[in-house]
Amino acid sequence: MPPLPALPASVPLSWYLTLSGILFCLGVAGFLFRRNIITVFMSIELMLNAVNLSFVTFSYKFKQVDGHIFSFFVMVVAAAEAAVGLAIILTVFKNRQTLEIDEVSSLKN
Amino acid sequence: MDAILFLLFAAIAVVCGINLIVQRHPIASALSLVGVMGALAILYLLLGGEFIAMAQLIVYAGAIMVLFIFTIMLLNAGAEHKSSARLWVKWAGLPLLLILLGIAWYIPHYLTPPSDGVNFGAFTGGGPEPIGKSLFTVYLLPFEVTSVLILIALLGAIVLARKEID
Repeated sequence: MPPLPALPASVPLSWYLTLSGILFCLGVAGFLFRRNIITVFMSIELMLNAVNLSFVTFSYKFKQVDGHIFSFFVMVVAAAEAAVGLAIILTVFKNRQTLEIDEVSSLKN
Repeated sequence: MDAILFLLFAAIAVVCGINLIVQRHPIASALSLVGVMGALAILYLLLGGEFIAMAQLIVYAGAIMVLFIFTIMLLNAGAEHKSSARLWVKWAGLPLLLILLGIAWYIPHYLTPPSDGVNFGAFTGGGPEPIGKSLFTVYLLPFEVTSVLILIALLGAIVLARKEID
């Protein structure tokens, strides 16, 4: 068995960006594959979180605070989106008695 | 030490993220999302973003996820039905996943110079004071517009979720 590579003294910036990419792809996968409307919504939140991680990483790289401000705004928009989105989910459930997105297809065709 | 902390919390984030999309019950997905957000808050701390880390914990893991869990409870959401996808459709995704992981590793690895390393404590401009200064000087207009956005979202949520009053 070959010896494990030594851990670097400082974490490369690319590791953070890779983690961000992986989390974003997981969010996309959940958005595409899940059929429960609440889980789809949570996948969107996961994507927003992944983008926030890249913002903060680049903020570290350029030693500027602007990335933090952007991720702060992303959080605000996510909060507003969660409030409106969950209200829409409540209304859909009230009218259709279902949370499966395949059954809410009135706009199809 | 930094690398160990990063790998630990990155692993927690990825495992919770995978758990989010494979669980059938929405409440398990919501708890996994809380795990992702907590792990990301620690990573923000490692990157020197104290304010963002706390905002992540309070706003995301606190407020937004409570809203989600409250909705799941209110709608009494049950487990999702089994998918009827054919077997080859499930396995066809595996090579695509490997290619995607390769791209996700390759592009950042070769676009960022290897000398760029993240050391805990090397960037201290992420505390509340620099963020407050920046918010109220350079980003004053977006900050104020944000309040209008929140107001609109509030009104929209009330209008959408209210009971019809005869």
